[in-house]
Amino acid sequence: MKSDTKSIEDIKAIRKIMEESSRFLSLSGLSGVFIGITAIAGALVAYFFILDGSIHYNEYFRNLPAEESFSLRWQLISDAAIVLLLSVLLALFFSIKKAKRDGKNFWTPISRRLLINLLIPLFTGGVFVFILMLQNNIQLIVPCFLIFYGLALVNAGKFTFGEIFYLGILEIITGLVSAFVPGWGLIFWIFGFGILHIIYGLAMFRKYGA
Amino acid sequence: MKDLISNINKVFESRVRLGIMSVLMVNETYDFNGLKETLNVTDGNLASHLKALEEKGIIKVNKQFIGRKPNTSYSATEAGIAEFRQHLKALENLIKEQ
Repeated sequence: MKSDTKSIEDIKAIRKIMEESSRFLSLSGLSGVFIGITAIAGALVAYFFILDGSIHYNEYFRNLPAEESFSLRWQLISDAAIVLLLSVLLALFFSIKKAKRDGKNFWTPISRRLLINLLIPLFTGGVFVFILMLQNNIQLIVPCFLIFYGLALVNAGKFTFGEIFYLGILEIITGLVSAFVPGWGLIFWIFGFGILHIIYGLAMFRKYGA
Repeated sequence: MKDLISNINKVFESRVRLGIMSVLMVNETYDFNGLKETLNVTDGNLASHLKALEEKGIIKVNKQFIGRKPNTSYSATEAGIAEFRQHLKALENLIKEQ
């Protein structure tokens, strides 16, 4: 019957529009892999060049004169800021590319919503980490980065692939565990921001492409 | 059979209107340009369908200023959501019946 196929098509179109208008599906999985590599590179720079080959940076800091500790803290925060900036640029670059390839718009009401929901916890975490840094409270910095980033992902998960939600949960767990094991921040940074991103990126690339 | 057809709502017969309602069912609000891009329709076409849905009380219009720019966004009314749900159910039943 003619009206029958029309109804089926209508329902298909409705489902598609509901999905596309409520979730940002141009988020690139491949960018996750590159973000992970950037995070690991940042950790290696910190390890070899800033901390002079010391994993336990808490003790390293404690044994330094105040002036030197201050300058090191700024080097570490610049290192982290560069990693963050590169990560954001990579995510934007690959996602814009993916949107273009699929003939979709990148800047839509839903990508704006995604961004706002991501940025509120992330910005809060950034300010909080900055305060910790000023107070020389070094050992909670990596746990805080991981926890607030995880919360940001959980919050943004509603507006993109559901997998982001689970990545967020894993980041939160990693952050909480790392708070229990002070001094191993670099290792947890490499695991949370490096390895988890790479695994996530590869999984998304296999499942959705690009 | 008569029952099935009676729930098919004439207001939602057009594809554009189906599209508008699909977006507004899953998003609290959506602005004009967002709708236009999602549904891939022209300004005039979209505006006339929005107007029709508004007049029937299916959607409501929220006008506000973002900075100095006027911004028009739309949301579905409670009655509109209920009517659209009924329409969807009728569509599904129609398919099942065949």
